[in-house]
Amino acid sequence: MIEIALRMLSGDRTKYLGLVSGIAFATLLIAQQASIFVSLMMRTANQVLDVREADLWVMDPRVRYVDEVEPLRDVDLARIRGVEGVEWAVPFYKGTAILRTREGLINQVSLVGVDDATLAGAPRKWVKGDLSALRRPNGIVLDLQGAQFIWPGEDVPLGRSAEINDVRVELTGIADVSPPFITFPIAYMRYSDAVRLLPPQRNVMSYVIVKAAAGTDPAELGARIAARTGLQALTWDAFAWRSVEYVLTRTGIPVNFGITVLLGILVGAAVTAQTFYLFVFENLRQFGALKAIGATNGQILAMVLAQAAVVGALGYGIGIGLCALFFEVTGGAAALEGFRLVPQVVGATGGVIALILVLSCLFSIRRVFVVDPAIVFRG
Amino acid sequence: MIAASARDVVMEFAGGDGPVRVLHGASLEVPAGGLTLLVGPSGCGKTTLLSVLSGTLAATAGEVEVMGERLSALDDAARVRLRRRRIGFIFQQYNLLPSLTAAENAAIPLVTAGMKLSEASRRAVPVLQRLGLGAHLDRLPRQLSGGQQQRVAIARALVHEPSLVVCDEPTAALDAKAGHTVMELLRSVAAAPDRAVLIVTHDSRIHGFADRIVEMEDGRVLGERPPPSRNDGYQGAVHD
Repeated sequence: MIEIALRMLSGDRTKYLGLVSGIAFATLLIAQQASIFVSLMMRTANQVLDVREADLWVMDPRVRYVDEVEPLRDVDLARIRGVEGVEWAVPFYKGTAILRTREGLINQVSLVGVDDATLAGAPRKWVKGDLSALRRPNGIVLDLQGAQFIWPGEDVPLGRSAEINDVRVELTGIADVSPPFITFPIAYMRYSDAVRLLPPQRNVMSYVIVKAAAGTDPAELGARIAARTGLQALTWDAFAWRSVEYVLTRTGIPVNFGITVLLGILVGAAVTAQTFYLFVFENLRQFGALKAIGATNGQILAMVLAQAAVVGALGYGIGIGLCALFFEVTGGAAALEGFRLVPQVVGATGGVIALILVLSCLFSIRRVFVVDPAIVFRG
Repeated sequence: MIAASARDVVMEFAGGDGPVRVLHGASLEVPAGGLTLLVGPSGCGKTTLLSVLSGTLAATAGEVEVMGERLSALDDAARVRLRRRRIGFIFQQYNLLPSLTAAENAAIPLVTAGMKLSEASRRAVPVLQRLGLGAHLDRLPRQLSGGQQQRVAIARALVHEPSLVVCDEPTAALDAKAGHTVMELLRSVAAAPDRAVLIVTHDSRIHGFADRIVEMEDGRVLGERPPPSRNDGYQGAVHD
């Protein structure tokens, strides 16, 4: 019966292609938009995730996500270092600054200052130069996308000079770092250099990043630091999620993407259900004949499910393929750097498409179940 | 031997102003080894009685038996099994599946019984050959004439060797020559002593093929009348 079902399906090419393309379009829309959304959320957390050396991030209790900085007092660093279980604790600066090129172009950059001694939090993948680039006085390391953004179309040489907050700096390295949520170029410097570029202010230390001693549970250590200092101490993954949650709950981004994904689901469901219903409806007489001849409702259900499974698998495969192609083709674009087809989204989209198909089947099969086999005797 | 019988069958359908009674205590016996025509004016209940006798409709009241099995005693699943095993169907519109070949269409009753399509198609080939379709086994319905399509439908009705073959206006969509061929085939099918053929028709040209002609009117079986001379066939049309 399954073979008959599939022959019925492929015999009606217009509806067959309509169903497959409808599901493919819905899959593409859902998977592409959901992947961009997830990738965007990952960007929110990237600056935390990139600092692999640290177990804990310590910050002002009012900080809600990574880009919302409330400076700490210098004395806090010493207090944190004094907590039992801390292997090391170093300052980490994160803020914004103005970079002016020699050509006079002005760019706002995300300025990151890493500990002078340990360079904890520095980039790990290098395009030009290496970690020693950060040891040079007033040396800055730019992320690759940022360097291309500031000097478009150029193979930017090391040694090029610029000004940050009117202080001369020299490009000593280019690194490959995960793109941040706010797409300013990222300029890495030593902590002491970075804070020297800032306008005078009482406190400048954005975070203290902490490594737990061997055998110490980072979460317990975080609680201990919070209790001793009154600061907020989060494990790296908790801080990353905190940053993602902030964007999820405090911005319109999820709503906008959610609407697009929902539209994809609705369009997919409408096209699929309607076309499937029409397909079944137009074959009602054939199904009636099969029932008269002796096909059971179970056999008819299996036929319709097999038809749905085939169009679903084909449409889903094509849709995911197109989505993967989209990310492959656009992977080189700076604005979409780091955006990719997320495996979890692939799975979830498959679940949504399967649900759409099952509902379409149920919606359509009702007509077949209630059809009187005697329908075939009516002219 | 009686292949199928209906006694005092009442059939009602739901209507906007209450139930509509279509059969008013119709009674009919279909003997094996013969071809019975059920005739009467449009709307008299012929097709409804055919549907009840073939187990595709459940009667509101009355008794229906097919090959000794009382349909009212069977549940839905048992009725489906009975139709699958014992009854062959021939429809006015053929109801062939357009994407299946002639052999595959003829094989459908075997497939519904669980046989694989390829094996069932092989089993259908001799039946199609007997019906003169040996050269058209792999053709799709749209590649066949109306008469050839109806012969495929006949093959589909016979492939599982049923005891009762029910036909609804089998010649209505056919020209005289094709209709004649189809009726000769059905006549030969009915010649088997353990098989009955029941045909509902408006086509008076086929009366000459019948062993019995049963007349209906207003939901009741009026009685039997003798068929005209068999040799007249399509040439000697008999009018109601």
